[in-house]
Amino acid sequence: MVLAASAADTTRSITFWLLAIISVAAGLGMVLARRAVHCAVLLAVVMLSLAVLYAMLGAPFLAFVQVIVYTGAVLMLFLFVMMIVGISSADSIIETIRGQRMAAALAGIGLLVLLTFIVGHAAIGPGTRTGAAYGSSNINGLATLIFTRYVFPFEITSALLITAALGAMVLAHAERTSAKPTQRRLSRQRVASGRPAPLPGPGTYARHNAVDMPALLPDGSVSRLSVSPVITGLARGAGPGPAVRTEALRAADTASAGTASAGINGTGGGSHDSGPAGADSGDAGSGDADSTPKEAR
Amino acid sequence: MTGSLAGALTPSATVVTSLPAAGVQRAAWLVLAFPVAGALILLLGGKRTNSWGHLVGVAMPLAAFGYGVIAFVAMLGYPATQRSRDLTLFNWIPVAHFQVSIGLQLDQLSICFVLLITGVGSLIHIFAVGYMAQDAERRRFFGYMNLFLAAMLLLVLADNYLGLYAGWEGVGLASYLLIGFWQFRPAAAVAAKKAFIANRVGDAGLSLAIMLMFATFGSVNFAGVFGAAPSASTGVVTAIGLLLLLGACGKSAQLPLQSWLLDAMEGPTPVSALIHAATMVTAGVYLIVRSSPLFGLSPDARLAVAIVGAATLLFGAIIGCAKDDIKKALAGSTMSQIGYMMLAAGLGPAGYVFAIAHLLVHGFFKAGLFLGAGSVKHEMNDEVDMRRFGGLGRIMPFTFVTFLFGYLAIIGIPPFSGFFTKDGIIEVAFDKGGTSGAILGSATVLGAAITAFYMTRVMFMTFLGERRWDDKAHPHEAPPVMTVPMILLAVGSAAAGAFLVLGSRLGDFLAPVRGIGSAPAAHGWFTKPGTAALVLVVAGVLIAWAMYGRREVPVVAPAGNFATVAARKDLYGDVINESVLMRPGQWLTRLSVYFDNRGVDGLVNTLAATMGGTSGRVRRLQTGFVRSYALSMFVGAVLLLGALLLVRL
Amino acid sequence: MISPGHYVALSVILFVIGGVGVLVRRNAIVVFMCVELMLNAVNLAFVAFARLHGTLDGQVIAFFVMVVAAAEVVVGLAILTAIFRTRRSASVDDPNLLKY
Repeated sequence: MVLAASAADTTRSITFWLLAIISVAAGLGMVLARRAVHCAVLLAVVMLSLAVLYAMLGAPFLAFVQVIVYTGAVLMLFLFVMMIVGISSADSIIETIRGQRMAAALAGIGLLVLLTFIVGHAAIGPGTRTGAAYGSSNINGLATLIFTRYVFPFEITSALLITAALGAMVLAHAERTSAKPTQRRLSRQRVASGRPAPLPGPGTYARHNAVDMPALLPDGSVSRLSVSPVITGLARGAGPGPAVRTEALRAADTASAGTASAGINGTGGGSHDSGPAGADSGDAGSGDADSTPKEAR
Repeated sequence: MTGSLAGALTPSATVVTSLPAAGVQRAAWLVLAFPVAGALILLLGGKRTNSWGHLVGVAMPLAAFGYGVIAFVAMLGYPATQRSRDLTLFNWIPVAHFQVSIGLQLDQLSICFVLLITGVGSLIHIFAVGYMAQDAERRRFFGYMNLFLAAMLLLVLADNYLGLYAGWEGVGLASYLLIGFWQFRPAAAVAAKKAFIANRVGDAGLSLAIMLMFATFGSVNFAGVFGAAPSASTGVVTAIGLLLLLGACGKSAQLPLQSWLLDAMEGPTPVSALIHAATMVTAGVYLIVRSSPLFGLSPDARLAVAIVGAATLLFGAIIGCAKDDIKKALAGSTMSQIGYMMLAAGLGPAGYVFAIAHLLVHGFFKAGLFLGAGSVKHEMNDEVDMRRFGGLGRIMPFTFVTFLFGYLAIIGIPPFSGFFTKDGIIEVAFDKGGTSGAILGSATVLGAAITAFYMTRVMFMTFLGERRWDDKAHPHEAPPVMTVPMILLAVGSAAAGAFLVLGSRLGDFLAPVRGIGSAPAAHGWFTKPGTAALVLVVAGVLIAWAMYGRREVPVVAPAGNFATVAARKDLYGDVINESVLMRPGQWLTRLSVYFDNRGVDGLVNTLAATMGGTSGRVRRLQTGFVRSYALSMFVGAVLLLGALLLVRL
Repeated sequence: MISPGHYVALSVILFVIGGVGVLVRRNAIVVFMCVELMLNAVNLAFVAFARLHGTLDGQVIAFFVMVVAAAEVVVGLAILTAIFRTRRSASVDDPNLLKY
């Protein structure tokens, strides 16, 4: 029994120390990382390790809730907003407020010292398992507590959640400045633009089928229309967007600048060869799609 | 009744009770009411009353004089010891221990003054109708003159010191308003201010005396104060006496508060005649004589009064010798004559009677002299420099004769009025005995000689000799409205002295007044001092004739020796005032201003600047950056934790 | 032996890291995530103390903290998107006009 107990203890210790180091490292990384997406991912790491720690502390329900709600919902919400705001908004290293870093470091160290002092001074003995007074399992116990002693805060938090949801809807709502274009108007527009038919979709190949893969025309040339101009950044009068340097598209563009109807009759074999090759380089090109947005922005 | 020599010098022990007013005298408030009504009508009526204002202005003093005569006749009907009558008008200050009422005391002393003020005042008012005929503000002038009369009458009729003080202040105000009547003239405005301020210094003395009286005797009524006076210590009575003397000096232009009188000649001549010759400047003498029970208890205060009087009489006389402005020469003469009155008032009961007698006749002849000067000035286009007069006697006969009467009265030629009263004062001075008596007596005799000199000088320069005026002036005799009052005053100048002094008429009349006691002893006609004075007077006249009658008077004033220069500068009175009072006062003011600006303001401004500066620094905390605010919150939380820790551990 | 004290110590460290992160980072979303880190650290402390006392109140409170954190994130990010739409910037330093 002692062995089992010590084995459990050892597992506990190893798990704790491992997770502690990981979570602290991830926390530090989160504060120091330059790109927001990295911060989000590292925060996820922290949350997950915390979930395991909750489990070790005898709070399995909370551990699952942590994973499902916190990491799964809240953190994903962060990532969605990052998508809207723009994943390219990275901080520069230079601190604009004088003395902020120094002061923050000092304050942090001060707080750390203080809290360590407090915690160290407190008499924290070994933990005890929760008794059976609250029911057979953790969930039963929690449920009993929530719906008896903490029912009022529970109701209040529910109201809070409703308010928060409504608030978010109101805040994120975007008013239309002009009337919503009706079907009739849209179709009129389409007919008048000279291209009534829908645009071609992106290319789907054996090894590449992302949205930024251009489709091939019957003569083997790359169809510029198949990739959204937002992605290519090559649309005429294009706004900000990641510029995917698709070699083939570039080539097609320069070639079409010379000959008017290069798109359809085009270069034929040469472009046919360069299609997949272009697609390869395009693939390589899309690899640094993350790095180039900086320049575009 | 002739008292003995000793009796003449000791204060009376008789207690004079004042009876309530009866019969006609119950309407004594009319004496005040007439001028007050006149002042109100004229001053509040405004320009509407311009056309008939002067008539009201003349009618009121005449009405007051009429009532004064009636009250006087009624008084003569009573036996001598029952002539003092009280009339309480209303309760003015009904505070627990300090009950003061406005009441009138009609006794022999006050009735003399009432008759003088209203009688001579009416004549001067009539004169002013003609004198101020060209002035557009004549109505306002009469308003102020009536105001003056009302205040002066209150002064002499009040039965308590506070009422007297109210009248005192009122005449000061009226004097200020009237000296500065032509306020567009800077000299007049400055002179009015100077008069008021000098008066104020005296008023401070008077008010302190009243306060001291209340503190010592618990009352400010004449009856209360005089009744309790014997029980107070001599020191306190002396102090009160000296403070009253200070007040009298201010109002009567005695040393050291004499500087304002000569400047007061900036006012219109009727003002100079009424206020600064006949009545207001004599208020100081009235105060001393009225307070005679107090002075009787303090020989030191009496001596101080006599010394002030003697010094001033010589001072004024010397100044009068060198003045080329006819009004200023007469003002110096006024100063000197009031010095005589003060001197007499400081010599005890015998002196009081002669002081009052001289005051009454001085009212006649000085007013007459001033009106004559006014008439001359009026005819010579407001020229007052005597060096530009000369030979006016032929052209203005009435003025010349009335002026001559006044001149003879003032220098003391018998049988004109001044002789009797001045002679009486000289006798009383020598009767005092001892060194002080000798010195005071010599001063009076010398003063008489100098008076003769400068008045003769005025006569020669103005009315006799060759004409020194150019053709721009067209003098002719003044209109009857101006000459008739002068004639009436000349009659007074001639006869009043003999009337009052011979047979001890005034002395017997005033004897029952509290503090006066007995009538002065009669002296023979040609005592040693009297004869000496007469001889010196004649000598003075001859010297003046030699200098100004026989020789030609230069139109431009010659440089003169140091005495002349000093006299022209008012014997450096102004210079002393400036260096002793004005300049230190200005330094004090400047010091205070400096201290206020640097010290007080500096303190306040520094406080404000500190606040401003601090807030200027502190506001930089509001950087607008959320992160700095977050930092401050964080640091605050850390500090809070630290504090909690410190407390708990 | 791992006592709840260790967990509390870990919680302290994570809390401080999160706090410093709030002060130092300029991107609004990253600031938010640092706040989330602080909240998580607090949750850990609560649960550790629940373990210490042998009751479940700490866990209930941690639960509620989670709920409130979720609501807060929702509203905060909605505000952020609204601001971003007009100002085109997600930096915390940009709205700095309320200054001296």
